[in-house]
Amino acid sequence: MLGRSANGIFWLFRNLERAENTAPLIEAGFRMALTRDARDASDEWRSVIVTLGLRGLYEAKFGTDYAGPNVINFILRDKDNPGNVLTMCELARTNARMVRAGITREVWESVNDSWLKMRELLARPVTETRLGDVLDTIRRQSTQVRGAMEGTMLRNEIYNFARIGSFIERADNTARILDVKYYVLLPSISYVGSSLDNVQWENVLRSLAGERAYRWLNAGRMEARGIAEFLILDSRFPRSLAFCYGKLRSNLAHLAREYGGESEAHAILREADCDLHQTTIDAIFEQGLHEYIAQFISRNTRLANQIQYDYRFID
Amino acid sequence: MKAASPSSYDEMFTADGAVRPAYRGYSEWYQEQPADLLRRKGTEAEAFFRRTGITFNVYGNEDAEERLIPFDMVPRIITAHQWRRLSRGIEQRVRALNAFLHDLYHRQEIVRSGRLPARLLEKNPAFLPQMVGFTPPGGVYTHIVGIDLVRTGEDEFMVLEDNARTPSGVSYMLENRETMMAMFPELFTRVRVREVSDYPRRLARSLAACLPPAAKGHQPVVAVLTPGIYNSAYFEHAFLADQMGAELVEGSDLRVENGRIAMRTTRGYQPIDVLYRRVDDDYLDPLTFKPESQLGVSGIMDVYRAGGITIANAPGTGIADDKAIYSFMPEIVEFYTGEKPILQNVPTWRCSEPDALKYVLEHLSELVVKEVHGSGGYGMLIGPTSSKKEIAAFAAKLAARPHNYIAQPTLSLSTVPILSRAGLTPRHVDLRPFVLVSPAGIDITPGGLTRVALKKGSLVVNSSQGGGTKDSWVLDD
Repeated sequence: MLGRSANGIFWLFRNLERAENTAPLIEAGFRMALTRDARDASDEWRSVIVTLGLRGLYEAKFGTDYAGPNVINFILRDKDNPGNVLTMCELARTNARMVRAGITREVWESVNDSWLKMRELLARPVTETRLGDVLDTIRRQSTQVRGAMEGTMLRNEIYNFARIGSFIERADNTARILDVKYYVLLPSISYVGSSLDNVQWENVLRSLAGERAYRWLNAGRMEARGIAEFLILDSRFPRSLAFCYGKLRSNLAHLAREYGGESEAHAILREADCDLHQTTIDAIFEQGLHEYIAQFISRNTRLANQIQYDYRFID
Repeated sequence: MKAASPSSYDEMFTADGAVRPAYRGYSEWYQEQPADLLRRKGTEAEAFFRRTGITFNVYGNEDAEERLIPFDMVPRIITAHQWRRLSRGIEQRVRALNAFLHDLYHRQEIVRSGRLPARLLEKNPAFLPQMVGFTPPGGVYTHIVGIDLVRTGEDEFMVLEDNARTPSGVSYMLENRETMMAMFPELFTRVRVREVSDYPRRLARSLAACLPPAAKGHQPVVAVLTPGIYNSAYFEHAFLADQMGAELVEGSDLRVENGRIAMRTTRGYQPIDVLYRRVDDDYLDPLTFKPESQLGVSGIMDVYRAGGITIANAPGTGIADDKAIYSFMPEIVEFYTGEKPILQNVPTWRCSEPDALKYVLEHLSELVVKEVHGSGGYGMLIGPTSSKKEIAAFAAKLAARPHNYIAQPTLSLSTVPILSRAGLTPRHVDLRPFVLVSPAGIDITPGGLTRVALKKGSLVVNSSQGGGTKDSWVLDD
């Protein structure tokens, strides 16, 4: 396949994943904002903006006024935010058009349909009343694309490049949420068990749509270490770092088989994967959660760049 | 049902409202359909096109909005008998076109014999000196041709234009049929219509039959070269690549490697045997043509001439689309085939000739005037529907550069009904059959693309000017 097409399919799925990840993040922020006083709500919205790496752009436009409607619309549709959800859907669709010959009709139609729906929903500012509907649509559309992928795509290199795009992006998102929340939670780590602490940690889980799964596994006990362990090391949870890397491992192994050999990217993957397997949550906290996550994010980026290089995404 | 306006030939109804034989089966079915069902299906079809992304981009449209080409659900029907005659005429014309192109780039016998003025080639940007003395692989210049036909009576089909350069629209031919079959499957059990869906397979086979000398004995590697997603026909490029199982490449994917044109794949550079290019000659090779082009490949013309790749259609075929050359097609057909042309040209005045120019200037309000190098309905004058001011402005342009124009009478194009709120309403149509040429022969897909002017009385069918399309049926015997 063409290197440009591999790049297109990789970014198609990174962009879709990115759009999808904003839904629980906004939802969790919104929920916090509803249940807290104005200052806490504003703090919460700021952490959402920081997680998405949009602080500079946001403050250039609104200053430090983190009002809910501003934040929501900035993330979803504001042209001053080049990474807004609508643009992500549009980029995804542009990439899908570019690699049209490499994806099935069902995948193309579901990507195209997502864009048509999002364009309509985000044509005007999103009010708090409409927010639920918008977030639901994002979630439903992502599920639809994923279903079309699962059900119709050949399990060839194209499929694997697509999945690699998804999991690189997902791992990055989970790691960033943990990292940002870590600062919010910093004082509370030593006060495990206080009620503020619980709500904050629960919010981390909500931002990753993992609160129900966690509660189910832990009989409802909210505890910092347990949650961090769940999000980093529990390979049963589909947004955990371990899960993402398990998938990346099998996708890269497929490429190695199809291409008759490994590349540099495989070495980076092995290093990261090994790390996730051999460490424990205690060791991570000992090293420092922030340091651990920072290292993870930088290696994840290195892996993405190496894949793009090894498989000639660009000249 | 309504009868057509008496002035033009209606393909479905006679002047007294009777259904012509070609449409009998369809008409019986139509009578049985509740009126609102067909209208509802129309909305369905539009949603279907939107969802599947069958769109085209309009040049000069600022936000490059994608538009749908309106699809009308009443098919355009041609009998087996009519089609036999048409295909004989098309085959003859396409054979002549290829022989003509070969001659133009070799001995130019037709010029020597005095049947074609040499000045038509001089300073004509569509004539490429780089092609002189070179014979493309398999001797094929026009791998894919679209012949635009108009009809004025029962047996009167005329060629309006030859599209030997890069004819587009075949994806609409295919999708229109898919749509009709999805919406009205029972109709196809009642009326036997000839298949068009194997066009991509035939195209792939036809292209693979023209391998360049450098191609090794492996599976031929075919790629479609597109200018990119912002091109008006991008959907078609992607569609054809997909259907043929070929790579869809852009200039930036390609480079010269070991005397071949190679594409950057995830495994490294891989040579291409046949490039079905949907990029114009001018943009094909920045080293040879427009140096600022980002759409082509530097050095491809050298590789081509050295036998490293087949380019379809061959560079320089655009000369056959020139409308001044068109006016000589009857002579061209006779010169190369030794036969009388089966399909006639539309009568054409060459404005380069003083007598003709005088006549044209005096009768602008009755004529259609076209640029000799123009296409897509751009830059033309339709006398009868233009204002005095527009005509005067056009007359000035024409007088300043008469060589640049030809003129034709405003034909009374045939009509086929479309489904409007008022039921069946006649609208003017043309037909573009698609023809594949390979060393093995000439292959014409039964039917083609019917374009329809959606505005009442309008004669302009181009999609860029608001025209629509219809499914085109050739009946099986």
